[in-house]
Amino acid sequence: MSIAAETKTQVAEIGDKYKYGFVTDIEMEMAPKGLSEDTVRYISAKKGEPEWMLEWRLAAFKRWGAMKEPNWARVHYPRIDYQNSYYYAAPKNTPLKQSLDEVDPKLLETYKKLGIPLQEQMALAGVAVDAVFDSVSVATTFKDKLNEAGVIFCPISEAIRDYPDLVKKYLGTVVPVTDNFFATLNSAVFSDGTFVYVPKGVRCPMELSTYFRINASETGQFERTLIVADEGSYVSYLEGCTAPKRDENQLHAAVVELVALDNAEIKYSTVQNWYPGDENGLGGIFNFVTKRGDCRGKKSKISWTQVETGSAITWKYPSCILRGDESVGEFYSIAIANNYQQADTGTKMIHLGANTRSRIISKGISAGKAQNTYRGLVSIYGKAKNARNYTQCDSLLIGGDCGAHTVPYIESRNPTARIEHEATTSKIAEDQLFYCLARGIPQDEAVSLIVNGFCKEVLQQLPMEFAVEAQKLVGISLEGSVG
Amino acid sequence: MLEIKNLHVSVGDKEILKGLTLSIKAGEVHAIMGPNGSGKSTLSYVLAGRAGYDITEGSITYNGEDLVALAPEVRAAKGVFLAMQYPVEIPGVTTMMFLKTALNSQRRARGESDLDAVAVLKLVRAKAKTLNVSEEMLKRALNVGFSGGEKKRLEILQMALFEPKLAVLDETDSGLDIDALKLVAEGVNALRDPSRAMLVITHYQRLLDYIVPDRIHVLARGRIVAEGGKELALELEAKGYEHILKEPA
Repeated sequence: MSIAAETKTQVAEIGDKYKYGFVTDIEMEMAPKGLSEDTVRYISAKKGEPEWMLEWRLAAFKRWGAMKEPNWARVHYPRIDYQNSYYYAAPKNTPLKQSLDEVDPKLLETYKKLGIPLQEQMALAGVAVDAVFDSVSVATTFKDKLNEAGVIFCPISEAIRDYPDLVKKYLGTVVPVTDNFFATLNSAVFSDGTFVYVPKGVRCPMELSTYFRINASETGQFERTLIVADEGSYVSYLEGCTAPKRDENQLHAAVVELVALDNAEIKYSTVQNWYPGDENGLGGIFNFVTKRGDCRGKKSKISWTQVETGSAITWKYPSCILRGDESVGEFYSIAIANNYQQADTGTKMIHLGANTRSRIISKGISAGKAQNTYRGLVSIYGKAKNARNYTQCDSLLIGGDCGAHTVPYIESRNPTARIEHEATTSKIAEDQLFYCLARGIPQDEAVSLIVNGFCKEVLQQLPMEFAVEAQKLVGISLEGSVG
Repeated sequence: MLEIKNLHVSVGDKEILKGLTLSIKAGEVHAIMGPNGSGKSTLSYVLAGRAGYDITEGSITYNGEDLVALAPEVRAAKGVFLAMQYPVEIPGVTTMMFLKTALNSQRRARGESDLDAVAVLKLVRAKAKTLNVSEEMLKRALNVGFSGGEKKRLEILQMALFEPKLAVLDETDSGLDIDALKLVAEGVNALRDPSRAMLVITHYQRLLDYIVPDRIHVLARGRIVAEGGKELALELEAKGYEHILKEPA
């Protein structure tokens, strides 16, 4: 290697703050490139799906052909060529069902490197994990213990085969097949994801977690997650996401549906750290995701917490339909956009039932040349007597080349509604930074400290096991953002 | 310990300090007095290393080292401390968390190991008691909603915690009533030490009744215009700054 090239490599290594950017070299089985009815049939066949599921997918695919990509979000990206991508990629020789001992050691190694040990260490943390690698779930831990409690926690491909009645009853009932361009695409080609069912009156004995990893190049990940909390049950679920560094943009179009019946509660947390692209905006994941929860039962509660630090583009609005009387919806969000990242994220709180309550706390942090938009809707329907909403949107700017935008929509068709909205925009003040420096705290650590303080209300919502990790992530994503 | 020679400092186009010379030995307490706009706060910021203050001429030597070349966080680790006139608020960061982060950052820079949360808590509690800083204050976000007295007490608590070699106190008396002033002054006096130098910056003589300096310098129009023992403060109090400013420096 020439000296110049060597220096270049060294510099690249120093600048490499995304520590999940490695690629696992493993033999893959791919669907033929491109998207057609055959691709849909291929995926369905690979999953060994029953006929009804294939029909469902084909209907979605037909519908998708007539839809247009949405363009209302404040994000800009080159046209996506949907034919120039793979829609299914799986490590070869993945049997349909397996114990951890049968999992390819290379995959176990990958998750270990990501800080997600699937083996004995995880037992200590007391968290059950479903690991999704490209288009397939490669391992699910703690199944037996969960089975004892009656909790179903498995890859959705498995649920379609083993629990068809439950899946049929709920799939597509929160995010209909026709919902939007990306959700419809997902309905046609979704590969894997997680299914959770918590039976009546059961408090899930442990945190559930799915770890999504995109590995293959030129491949989209289309996962589908469905969580059903039956009457009086409780479950807390967390998802994490990473991807290798690549110059190309990769599409991630997931759909997540949550259903909470009477008196049930679902707590859904996300730590999203897809590859954000490099400091010049090259590469990174397009994260176009539809997440929605239905508080179908009385006094049910759905709480979304998200820490969004990755992706080149984030287009994501985890929402709550407050159908049941006295149901509660919450949305706690931290969205960090650095360099050329673009984030357009927020929530929808749809109040249908009487005495429904919702709470939105959004913390947007912009640095570098990034654009960060909060987009939210609070809608009070005519029958939603005494509905209440509280919204707080705070934006923090680091440096002078980034942008923060707040776009709240509020609709009320009931005069008894009470809606509060507060918004602030601030800069990391020079005097705050100087104060920290003068007390011996180095710059990057000072930024991390100040930003973590700014995000505290949201970080507190995360399960303990992940809060520390998220705090570190917040710091790492902003390293070097103050010149 | 601290040697300032012919210091010229500009902020933007404006020259604030115009040839300031000052020397402090370990164990000494010096006071800088001066009217508003004389450059007192500029001097304190320059010593701590705040960005935006350009040194156009002169030098600052700290323990034989060129202080100007050191980044602010490095100065802190090497024992320079500035008790600020307006301590800033950092929402969401508890006072305790801040103290721990600062203490361990300084320790790391000196090649010492981190103290764990329990050890820091013990240390802080011991110092907090004498300064009447309550447990409750330590749990609140840094300086958020603190009274003037609470903020200043917390500054002195940090000084006690970090055990600096050179402590600069910028208008520590401003905004304090007499009881709060006495408490803060007692805290400062307790930290007087043969190995420590202090520079007390104040507009009023009042503070110097409680923190008695070894030497007083009068700063006006960016230069030291008069120097003397502690009795100089009384003279200033009686005759005002105008009197001294009229005399040729």
